[in-house]
Amino acid sequence: MTQETPPLTHINMSSLGREENGLNLDKEDICLEVKNLDLYYGNAKHALQKINMRIPRKRVTAYIGPSGCGKSTLLRCFNRMNELVDGVRIEGEILLDGNNIYHPSVNVADLRQRVGMVFQKPNPFPKSIYENVAYGLRLQGINNRRVLDEIVEKSLRGAALWEEVNDRLHDNALGLSGGQQQRLVIARAIAIEPEVLLLDEPASALDPISTLKIEELITQLKNDYTIVIVTHNMQQAARVSDYTAFMYLGELIEFDDTSTIFTNPVKKQTEDYITGRYG
Amino acid sequence: MRNWWKSGAPWIWLTASAVTISIVVVVGLLMLIAVRGLGHFWPAAVMEANYLTPEGQQIRLIGELRDEETVPAYKEPKIQVEGDSITRYLIKIGNREINKLDFRWVLAQNLSNIHHPKNLVVIERHEWGNFYGYLKAVKENGQIVSEGETAWGELQQRLARTLKIHEALHEIERGEIGKINYGLEQLRLQKRRLELSNDTDPVKHANIEEEKSVLNLAYEKLANELGELNTSAARDSFTVEIMDGQEIDIQMSKVVRIIRPNSLSLTQKVGHYFEKGWEFLTADPREANTEGGVFPAIFGTVMMVIIMAIVVTPFGVIAAVYLREYAKQGFLTRTIRIAVNNLAGVPSIVYGVFGLGFFVYFLGGSIDQIFYPEALPAPTFGTPGIFWSSLTLAILTVPVVIVSTEEGLSRIPSAIREGSLALGATKAETLWRTILPMASPAMMTGLILAIARAAGEVAPLMLVGVVKLAPSLVADANYPFLHLERKFMHLGFHIYDVGFQSPNVEAARPLVYATAFLLVAVIVMLNLAAIWIRNRLREQYKSLETT
Repeated sequence: MTQETPPLTHINMSSLGREENGLNLDKEDICLEVKNLDLYYGNAKHALQKINMRIPRKRVTAYIGPSGCGKSTLLRCFNRMNELVDGVRIEGEILLDGNNIYHPSVNVADLRQRVGMVFQKPNPFPKSIYENVAYGLRLQGINNRRVLDEIVEKSLRGAALWEEVNDRLHDNALGLSGGQQQRLVIARAIAIEPEVLLLDEPASALDPISTLKIEELITQLKNDYTIVIVTHNMQQAARVSDYTAFMYLGELIEFDDTSTIFTNPVKKQTEDYITGRYG
Repeated sequence: MRNWWKSGAPWIWLTASAVTISIVVVVGLLMLIAVRGLGHFWPAAVMEANYLTPEGQQIRLIGELRDEETVPAYKEPKIQVEGDSITRYLIKIGNREINKLDFRWVLAQNLSNIHHPKNLVVIERHEWGNFYGYLKAVKENGQIVSEGETAWGELQQRLARTLKIHEALHEIERGEIGKINYGLEQLRLQKRRLELSNDTDPVKHANIEEEKSVLNLAYEKLANELGELNTSAARDSFTVEIMDGQEIDIQMSKVVRIIRPNSLSLTQKVGHYFEKGWEFLTADPREANTEGGVFPAIFGTVMMVIIMAIVVTPFGVIAAVYLREYAKQGFLTRTIRIAVNNLAGVPSIVYGVFGLGFFVYFLGGSIDQIFYPEALPAPTFGTPGIFWSSLTLAILTVPVVIVSTEEGLSRIPSAIREGSLALGATKAETLWRTILPMASPAMMTGLILAIARAAGEVAPLMLVGVVKLAPSLVADANYPFLHLERKFMHLGFHIYDVGFQSPNVEAARPLVYATAFLLVAVIVMLNLAAIWIRNRLREQYKSLETT
């Protein structure tokens, strides 16, 4: 049996050049912890069911799963973006550094400064590149030109965009290409130095080269930030993430380090998905 | 044939012809009012002719040919005609104090020997309209100083002098004496205020009396000056031979302008044209609005629209923001939205009645009682005025602003909102920093529509502030410079007044076209200004068109 078993996926983990450093969730410093999270849209739809998981600090955690499985919904729970939707009900807890972010005393705006987010489609504001990056800082009341200049440059460098735009910082951001816009949005998010960076299919609207750049960027960013990424692209999850969670129909099916998920999943559903039998 | 129907070609033809008809109608309308209105300033040739009146009298006729029409013969039963129609000319013969009427219809077949003598003069006067005839002599204090061919040059020189004096007189009357009157009125009100508050402080009363005497002294001095100028202006006169051979003396001080239209060169005619056009734009009206300019009406229209825009924009935008961003979407908001949309369909005169009842009598009356008790029983704000007109038009146009602002807000992609919120912005911060700037082109669109509607609206204004002739402009040099309580003139009402309330309809008709053209031009310019601003905003926030 073991001999004939074809590789579980068409993804050859060893060819990805990952450094296998014996990841073990139990030894990680936990940044976010989800406890018994349920989410309902209205009364009828039970979109997330009893999610329990721990997200380690300064690692890349990826969510995979078929469309509509609730992975984006779960991601949006981490910065309470779901509250913008009418009729949403959330039960359970999410602890950020041990504190429940759904506690009534938590200020949502403060929380979102600590948990940044990048969306599927690049959404720069119709302002200059500079003002886009400075947006979050100005919200915090930072208007000192020198401080702003410094952070803007640092953030753009951090998002690997500085070299491409440093001569046109005051041009409209909408003049950038899609890939550049997405990196600008990442720069905008890291300008306010969040602890966690949520990436909601950040490369799905981009061409392969831009996707590659974003992936390289993610690998760099994990040195400073806890990154949670939702992706449709299993190759991408395999390439960039340290841990992978597989979700299906609102449930967390399996969560483990990425190479385990892709080479030796415990659950049948996970195996079916990553071998392409559904999804 | 069947294929032709299926190809969709008839549909294209139908739609294209609808567009063509609309364009033709609009362009035709503009052309008509432009040609009719702008032609008014061109110096018309003056003719002299012999005319056999229907009564069988042979007379000399001097005047401008204004119109020509062919009517069925039975309309002129007294005349023997060959054929069944007859041609009539409308001649402007002027000289109103002698001829009773400025205009006269004459039969074309009875006119003979039509010619255009070069030395016929047209005298435009401050009162009584044009005067036509031959210049005979120029007089100073009743003594002839020049006659015959040299008289024309002498006349021009003396006219220039008299006009200068007239301008000085006008300056004193409207400017300085106006200021003194305003000051005296303010002092009267101050005194009344003291009396009302039972303040018997003798110092204050003495101060008022003192200021009053200073102003009265200044007035005396100006009155003397006026008297002198008047005597000086009355020095010159000239004699004109009119069409029935009489020689009439005309005071130089009554004259605005004298030309010999038949001897003008083309360049002089063009010069005269622009001079008249400029007068139309910048001067006050004369002669029950049938002569002179329409400046107060232009000024009133533009001011009214600007004040309306200042009121309606924030009001409509704030209402739209609440409806779209904060209010819970449901039955109530839907009802409000329907109500707002229907408000735009209420006949404007209804708003006029509402404005009169609520703004003028209720609000204005209360303001008078509280802030201007000293002027009562004469109302200050409790009477129609420009502010109430602007407010009335503001509530008339606020639905348009609300609807288009809402439209703009709803078109902003939710990704932008989420992007801002995800950076730690509150909802209010997101609104102020991102959403409202991005919706500003839509707000401007609403404002453009509001301006277009308001500038053309006349009916409600007749109830809440427009008058035929306003004694003073809404803004002037007297503190507080902008007098929102004053009545004002409006181009739309001016058209109605000149065209249909004027004692001299024939003289007024070209002015109706000219004023209509001007009104259209003013509205177009206001709109262009707003569109220019909107396009700049759009350029800045062009993401709306791409996402």
